[in-house]
Amino acid sequence: MAERSFKREVQDLKLGAGETFTGEGILAITKALLESGVGYVGGYQGAPISHLMDVLADAQELLGELDVRFEANASEAAAAAMLAASVHYPIRGAVTFKGAVGVNVASDALANLASSGVTGGALVIVGEDYGEGSSIMQERSHAFAMKSQFWLLDPRPNLPSIVRAVKQGFALSEASNTPVMLMVRIRSCHVTGQFDCADNVRPPLSVREALSDPRRDFARVVLPPMSYQHERDKVENRWPAAERFIIEQGLNEVFGPEIAPVGLVVQGGMYNGVIRALQRLGLADIEGRSAIPIYVLNVTYPLVGDEFLRFAAGKEALLVVEEGQPEFIEQGLAAMLHRAGSSVRLHGKGLFPMAGEYTGQIMLDGIAGFLKDTVPQLLPGQVIAPNALPPEKPDLSKTVPIRPPGFCTGCPERPIFAAMKLVEQELGKHQITGDIGCHLFAALPPFEIGGSTMGYGLGPASNAAFDGGGARRAVSFIGDGGFWHNGLSSSIGNMVFNRSDSVAIVVDNYYSAATGGQDVLSSRARNPSKATGNPISKALEGVGVKWVRQIDRTYDVGHMRDTIREALTTDYDGPKLIVASSECMLNRQRREKPLRAQAIREGRRVEAPRFGVDEDICTGDHACIRLSGCPSLSLKTLDDPLRDDPVASIDQTCVGCGNCGEVADAAVLCPSFYRADLVHNPGRWEALLAGWRSRIIAWLQARRARRVLDFGDAA
Amino acid sequence: MTRMDSVTAPQGADSARAITKLVIMAVGGQGGGVLTGWIEAVARAAGRAVQATSVAGVAQRTGATIYYVEIAPEGVEHPVFSLAPAAGDVDIVIAAEMMEAGRAIQRGFVTPDRTVLIASEHRALAVSEKMVPGNGIAAAEEVMAAAEVAARRFLSADMERLAVAKGSVISASLFGALAGSGALPFTRAEFEAAIHASGKGVEASLAAFAAGFEAMVNPTASENAQPSAPVEKAPTGPARDQAAWQALERRVDALPATVQEMARAGLRKVVAFQDCNYGAEYLDRLAALAGRDDPAKGHALTVEAAKHVANAMAYDDVIRVADRKTRAARRARIDAEMGRTQAQAMQVTEFLHPRAEEIASMLPAGLGARVQASEAWMARLDRWFNRGRRIRSDRLRGFLQLYLLAGLRGYRRRTLRHAQEQAHLAEWLRKVGETLDGDYDLAVELLRCRRLIKGYSDTHARGLSKFDKVMAGAGLVAGRADAADWVRRLREAALQDEEGKALDGALETIRSFAG
Repeated sequence: MAERSFKREVQDLKLGAGETFTGEGILAITKALLESGVGYVGGYQGAPISHLMDVLADAQELLGELDVRFEANASEAAAAAMLAASVHYPIRGAVTFKGAVGVNVASDALANLASSGVTGGALVIVGEDYGEGSSIMQERSHAFAMKSQFWLLDPRPNLPSIVRAVKQGFALSEASNTPVMLMVRIRSCHVTGQFDCADNVRPPLSVREALSDPRRDFARVVLPPMSYQHERDKVENRWPAAERFIIEQGLNEVFGPEIAPVGLVVQGGMYNGVIRALQRLGLADIEGRSAIPIYVLNVTYPLVGDEFLRFAAGKEALLVVEEGQPEFIEQGLAAMLHRAGSSVRLHGKGLFPMAGEYTGQIMLDGIAGFLKDTVPQLLPGQVIAPNALPPEKPDLSKTVPIRPPGFCTGCPERPIFAAMKLVEQELGKHQITGDIGCHLFAALPPFEIGGSTMGYGLGPASNAAFDGGGARRAVSFIGDGGFWHNGLSSSIGNMVFNRSDSVAIVVDNYYSAATGGQDVLSSRARNPSKATGNPISKALEGVGVKWVRQIDRTYDVGHMRDTIREALTTDYDGPKLIVASSECMLNRQRREKPLRAQAIREGRRVEAPRFGVDEDICTGDHACIRLSGCPSLSLKTLDDPLRDDPVASIDQTCVGCGNCGEVADAAVLCPSFYRADLVHNPGRWEALLAGWRSRIIAWLQARRARRVLDFGDAA
Repeated sequence: MTRMDSVTAPQGADSARAITKLVIMAVGGQGGGVLTGWIEAVARAAGRAVQATSVAGVAQRTGATIYYVEIAPEGVEHPVFSLAPAAGDVDIVIAAEMMEAGRAIQRGFVTPDRTVLIASEHRALAVSEKMVPGNGIAAAEEVMAAAEVAARRFLSADMERLAVAKGSVISASLFGALAGSGALPFTRAEFEAAIHASGKGVEASLAAFAAGFEAMVNPTASENAQPSAPVEKAPTGPARDQAAWQALERRVDALPATVQEMARAGLRKVVAFQDCNYGAEYLDRLAALAGRDDPAKGHALTVEAAKHVANAMAYDDVIRVADRKTRAARRARIDAEMGRTQAQAMQVTEFLHPRAEEIASMLPAGLGARVQASEAWMARLDRWFNRGRRIRSDRLRGFLQLYLLAGLRGYRRRTLRHAQEQAHLAEWLRKVGETLDGDYDLAVELLRCRRLIKGYSDTHARGLSKFDKVMAGAGLVAGRADAADWVRRLREAALQDEEGKALDGALETIRSFAG
């Protein structure tokens, strides 16, 4: 079960012609796929298109009705490989994953797909995770389109444009026998808006029908000599066909006056930011009518020479608005101008920074700078010569703390890293690698465990060089998501085959948790359309791991610590695997909370655990926090003149996972933690017994209060 | 290719100024997405073109996160919206936490010409603030002061408290605050309709909405709702002890006026820890220092002594822990914190982990010292006692174990721990006394170093070693004019990190010139 349910929203996917859709970008994309007569869809989750996978998963009923096959692929490579169905069959297929990591993983399949060429429209929807809030290295998916020769769409970031781009993408793919990549930036995925719907279309040829009538064409196989022909076909036929289609169908757009001394060439995704800058400069109205000509590249690859040179003709200077690096588009356009012997001056990087997101201020500065140099007469006076400096803002850089993401309240991964930290305090510092997933948050304070992340499922593989010989064994972490994505073969198989004398810890939280709680092979929940319940430890044994320890309650910090210590100190010199399993707390709470509320309403006995801190016993040293970092374990400043430092305090968001008590015990921290189990609807006997007990306890307390001075609650 | 031939002339002014731009700065898990959805729904229901965006991803996991909404003016059907806020171009900022308000100011989203800043005054502490061994909490008042300068209008209240009091979450009280601020041209009923339409937890959300609304419209009324400070009660107990207590209080009244408040708090702590005789010893120590103190400095030395000597005398031993955990008031506090009603039962589990050190320290001083010196005996004690113990203090067996331990108070003064604490205290005060003649400020700083000793077991040992290091450092700088300042710096360094890296660095610096 995914973190967010789209059960209600998918009803909107049934809307037909004449109706208006209102909602998020990713839902609009899904609707556009259905309106395009797509035959199969798939992909691999990851921000910012995780929700697209969740929408598809929640829409399975509708997809089934329309005879559309949905596959939750094992990886981006598997997703891209699925597009092979469109190589021989005139079936439209679409897959989605995040860029640029997904493109990296899928590059083998994408390259082969691009070489073979397609018969049915093949669309790869890439959620470009670039700029603010991104969780990955900053690169561009653009390079993959260039190297493998498939086309790249980057539509203007509004719902009608994105929906149109999906439909045009399929058509372009079919017209040029080439797969097409549709790029949506992180904010476009979540942008809300409206568009006019069309009816959903059943695929003219369903995968079911195709399976009954198989086809093959040897010319499509990537083997010599056909692979040579493929390359020539790309250049001689597919590319010109694409250019023709782009021009004829008007995929790129031109706005603004026909004749002007300057113009802007912008990636589609940058259009709104460009217009906002022009609006602020008084050069575009509120609905975007611009005084400066704008050539919008809804197709950023290939660049269409004829079209561009026509736009450039008669202008003195152009500004390319291209986010990220290297500046592929600027280079391409510069080469076109140069070859055409044009005198138009091309600006871009330099006015804009080479690296980083084009934020509002950068866009404003870049465009204003360009216009100031070229057509200053168009700019309002205060831009050219500001009267007053902008107001100085108070400097809070030393006050405001950074707030990186971290483990959620009650996260089952926290005790694993608390245990690892305790082991390191005991045995010394170890060489540790991390993987991709929630557990990577352990690299941040308070744990600071793990020094590298080389890719999804590659945690143990990235320790391969450190195999024995040192004073201490190397340790690596890998999540269950990464394990099934790629880790079983690339990391674990690698360890077994090379007889690695190191330790790998599989963090099994029952889901692909970081991407929103999608099920994986080893998930414990029953999933109506997927096969779950395949234990990781069995897979480990299957590939030949002899030393496996399965831990079914990660919150047992002492046991966790002892197991890690055992793995690090045992005489066994092969790979040592610890599978640390406990359910992701976000998902668990989502599942259990309604059930618990229901049980309480129905008068059944329910224990609700929560932790607390005795504030007069806590001394304010915060050692517990340095082994936790839990959001619900915070600090409280006491109203006591004798105390300088704030004490630990647990707020009402505590879910009673037990980490606090276990850590206090395992690390021998302090006796101030207690667990309070509030018992709803206690049984009659239980209530009676509790009454007796509390009366005797009260008597004992009164007895002592009579004998010594009692200050009430004061310490 | 589409061509747009009708081009409007340059207007010279910002044509998007009429678009209302609203930023929500939140911490992952606060329901920023829900709040964004409500705002969008209000605007859409009022017939406005509106757009919302967010950067989700891993920012959901307790990280700082931003939502952005643009609302077009009436009558503009197809505006071009921006997908991200720009510095200096934001009309309304909603900060769901005080430091996030600070972050908004830092990022330039709050400007004095136009921005209405609505912030919750509560703090969700960042890990970096919480993990400091001392006090690492960022100064919210600095952000408040900056907000007054940076915003056109700055509105704030503890939105978290308001929401939790109504059994809801902060997104609802913030939505109410937005409505109450009047920053958007929609009526209260229109706002509430959005909550109704969302259909989930409607009643609690509406209650929190109302609380947030009121806090903006009528700020003083909601401030009055804050809990008042507790009144100090006279102790109860045997008449003889009460008389002794009153005699002690009279001795406090005889101390310099500036010292009295701290001394009274210290006295309560010490007497609650042991008895009135112990309290008298505390006051003897204070009186001795007060006699040598400087009235011109407001008896600063004695004030510090009143605080730190009390903390040193009321050290954290097993008896005290057991005593605190068996008080009637403690159980009442737990019941209140967990919101227990009469019909519900409560189970309380204590997490204790005694080691050989704790057991030995509870033995009579002579025997305890011999045991502590014997490796074999310590190993034996560890074997017998050293493991985590979960004690159900709501049951008789568990309660009695703690109750009997707490009853050892009369015996405490004969334990090894007491002897050790007394020796440490005496040595520390001797140093302070010695220093006092030559360097008053340094003596005050030496008293303050007691703050370094806290925690239990390893943490306590580490605190002690930091204390020793700082005291040794004080020896290096003694005699210098800036000695007190150096000791303050050493202490602050010691409180910065667990291992004492900053302290070692500072000591290194001192050795470089004082070695």
